[in-house]
Amino acid sequence: MPPVLELRGITKSFPGVLANDHIDLTLEEGEVHALLGENGAGKTTLMNILYGLYSPDEGEIFVRGRRVEIREPRDAIALGIGMVHQHFMLVPVLTVAENVMLGVEPVRNGIFLDRAAAARRIRELSQQYGLQVDPDALVKTLPVGVQQRVEILKLLYRQADILILDEPTAVLTPQEVEELFKVIRSLTAQGKSVIFITHKLKEVMAIADRITVLRNGRVVGTTTPSQTTEERLAAMMVGREVLLRVNKKPANPGEVVLEVENLEVLDDRGNPAVRGVSFEVRAGEILGIAGVQGNGQTELVQALTGLRPILSGRVRIMGKDVTGTSPRRVLEQGVAHVPEDRQKDGLVLSFPVAENLVINTYYIPPFARAGLLNHEVIFTTAEQRAREFDIRTPSVLTPVANLSGGNQQKVIVAREFSRPIQLLIASQPTRGLDVGSIEYIHQRIVAKRDEGCAVLLVSPELDEVMSLSDRIAVMYEGRIMDILPADQATREEIGLLMAGVKRA
Amino acid sequence: MAISTSTWERLSARGGISPRRARTYGFVFIGAGLLIYLLFARAAVPGQTSTFVLNFGTAGQTAPIPDLVLPTGPTLYALALVCAFFGGWQLARGFKRVNLVLGVIAGLFVLAFLAWASRGQSFNLTGMLNSALLRAVPIALAGLSGVICERCAVINIGIEGMMLTGAFTATLMGSLALNVWMWPSWASMSFGLICALISGALLGLLLAVLAVRFKVNQIIAGTAINILSVGVTSFLSSRILSHFQQLNNTGTMQPVPIPLLSQIPVIGPVVFEQNLLVYLLYVLLIVTHVVLFYTRWGLRTRAVGEHPRAADTLGINVFKIRYVNVTIGGMVAALGGAFLILGSVGRFDELMTAGKGFIGLAAMIFGKWMPFGAFGAALIFGFADALQTKLAILRVPIPSQFLLMAPYLATIVVLAGVVGEAVPPAADGQPYEKE
Ligand SMILES: Nc1ncnc2c1ncn2[C@@H]1O[C@H](COP(=O)(O)OP(=O)(O)O)[C@@H](O)[C@H]1O
Ligand SMILES: [Mg+2]
Repeated sequence: MPPVLELRGITKSFPGVLANDHIDLTLEEGEVHALLGENGAGKTTLMNILYGLYSPDEGEIFVRGRRVEIREPRDAIALGIGMVHQHFMLVPVLTVAENVMLGVEPVRNGIFLDRAAAARRIRELSQQYGLQVDPDALVKTLPVGVQQRVEILKLLYRQADILILDEPTAVLTPQEVEELFKVIRSLTAQGKSVIFITHKLKEVMAIADRITVLRNGRVVGTTTPSQTTEERLAAMMVGREVLLRVNKKPANPGEVVLEVENLEVLDDRGNPAVRGVSFEVRAGEILGIAGVQGNGQTELVQALTGLRPILSGRVRIMGKDVTGTSPRRVLEQGVAHVPEDRQKDGLVLSFPVAENLVINTYYIPPFARAGLLNHEVIFTTAEQRAREFDIRTPSVLTPVANLSGGNQQKVIVAREFSRPIQLLIASQPTRGLDVGSIEYIHQRIVAKRDEGCAVLLVSPELDEVMSLSDRIAVMYEGRIMDILPADQATREEIGLLMAGVKRA
Repeated sequence: MAISTSTWERLSARGGISPRRARTYGFVFIGAGLLIYLLFARAAVPGQTSTFVLNFGTAGQTAPIPDLVLPTGPTLYALALVCAFFGGWQLARGFKRVNLVLGVIAGLFVLAFLAWASRGQSFNLTGMLNSALLRAVPIALAGLSGVICERCAVINIGIEGMMLTGAFTATLMGSLALNVWMWPSWASMSFGLICALISGALLGLLLAVLAVRFKVNQIIAGTAINILSVGVTSFLSSRILSHFQQLNNTGTMQPVPIPLLSQIPVIGPVVFEQNLLVYLLYVLLIVTHVVLFYTRWGLRTRAVGEHPRAADTLGINVFKIRYVNVTIGGMVAALGGAFLILGSVGRFDELMTAGKGFIGLAAMIFGKWMPFGAFGAALIFGFADALQTKLAILRVPIPSQFLLMAPYLATIVVLAGVVGEAVPPAADGQPYEKE
């Protein structure tokens, strides 16, 4: 029997990038085929080609042995291919049923939407595959884990039997990941075939029947969980041996540097985002804040760095009250900030590397004299920093926009770490970076701690928080559920806290 | 760690608004009562009455409704007390649906104002409601055009220009058929109307091509359509219409009472004794509402307005939806222009739309992008507009400039107070790029 799906020699280039380079891939009926690769390896591009969102430069696609042309998502849907996109494709103001039936709506009398029929079908499918969801709920009121079930229901509603899940676990708590795996197993048990995309090694080992590793747009190899190990997969992904564990000595906490008391902050829409948060961070320790994205971490960091007004509560740095002062005043207290969205909040993309390196110190000597910039000093300092922090750029006069994500992040780290600082606030410092850069940034953060700097680390990647932190605070719906010493915390316990469950 | 009761939880116990805002509402209600007392009630002479005439129209109403005669002073004191009582209640206990109460207070205040303005005189209330409706019709059509376009995320700033073009086309073609080709009146008017709709469709299509195909900034594209329309209609009007008066006279549609419905006291003659274009508005409102919320096309339109990429990944043709909706939106806007001619004055004047397209957009926002919401908002604007002319006749001692401001003041008050936050379709104004 021919494979359910076969890709042969798929090639796709974007201006300046060869995103897919002669990729071959086969998917057998009823299997979970994991596509593993770092950010930028070309996984999403390949799947978008398969789904008709991009057209390939070269290559052929076979579905059940028959050669097919997929020009539009419509063609893919007709062939039984369905995709859950990395960024959900749900309309928040519509109901679950409306989202699921969109595009293939059942109608009564040839005109009117038959919401009842759609809801009935959705309930049947929920039952059959264990995807509990209320068809009449508005999507925007649902937690992400449930939204993902809606996405999967969309595919099943269209009777897709080739399911593509693009980084489905990025937004889930560990328990939700377990549930998703159960669903995937029930799907394959009923004859569906799944392409499961991720860059997380643990997940691949847990769910995949076969694993194909991509690097720089090329297939590095195909293997099975029983024939490989996490270390070997990591090496295949990165192209060299990598350290999966952070090496660090026990912490040696000193005096309190950051003190937060009953902080309350609103989000952009005026809803409470941080609801009465209190904690402290001491010199020489890393306090990690774990939690699923969107539970108030962003607003918390913005409030601490003066970027967002504070509704009530107190923030003290080295005993000095900085509640509601300007971002510059906060920075001048010796605070370094690595923002969550580096392109939006951390860099001026059109400015050269050199100027981005002094963007928070340009107004003080030696970079400014009598109100004028001293380009000479700025340039030579930038060259020195670029060497010291291994920033790969043609020149320090290159616009930061032209650098890769990892090197952009190094520019921020270089800028923030080379000032005298007492407190480092790092928000998702390795978001979207390759394993190599992650290793580097982690070492830098630990080094700062060992110099006696207090570090507040915020990250939705549980592995990152667990491996770097000395203490772990878990945030859920704007509150800190608990603060645990890192050496006593288990993944399971933190996962439950991330879902708002606290054991007595 | 114990979870502290946060400030927010204390607030949300009271209907979701902050205590400060809740208190402000209370003071506003009391203030309204106080104003009624200070401005109106004290001016009433004992024994004076305000007479509201409730008859209007020509429908052979069997029994005319008696006029409503209110003792001015007591009525005003009662209204002032009711407002103050609501204010006190709001401060002490708080209303759950405080925005609704604000609307009621606004209504009471208007009533008090009318009672005061017509003290010792009689005031034709039904007549004013009729004129309010007629003034609301073009605004409502403009608002409906906005709803149809923005629900699929194309901002149509060009409604004003589309109305103007529609008005001009209806005038020129209608007059041509009537006075040159000597067609019967109904045929010439239909011809004028159809030509107006075609002109609107063309301008809508132009906007769609600019906004969807060429991804021009939609505000600029719409503004260009406005400037183009003003220029072309003014030029042609000065070259053609002013020289050939017979090309600037279409006649107007006569009211057609609907049997039974037009017999309903007070409201009947206002709502159901109008010309066909008004009825067409009612039909369009219902159809648009049903299409938007109960059909495939509407569901897809809303999906495209909120998240075009999601719609695209489900095989929906984003561009087609936008082309069709914006073209229809242009036709509806032109219908508003045609109403100004065929349903109202019968002749074209330069710049005669006078901002109605823009007020229609305000009505769309106020109405939260819902057809009937926009209609309701248009009625408020129409009412303010009609009130202003009526008051000039009653010789109210308020400078006419202030009266002219009334519709716009109503806009501001309504937008700021009653509506609160209006959320547009999420992708509103953004061109869609396929990859
Ligand atoms: N629409 C696009 N235009 C230009 N470059 C793109 C586009 N989509 C992806 N790329 C580039 O192609 C490469 C592969 O990206 P992607 O397929 O998203 O990787 P992955 O999903 O494995 O993280 C990256 O270098 C990315 O910058
Ligand atoms: Mg991807």
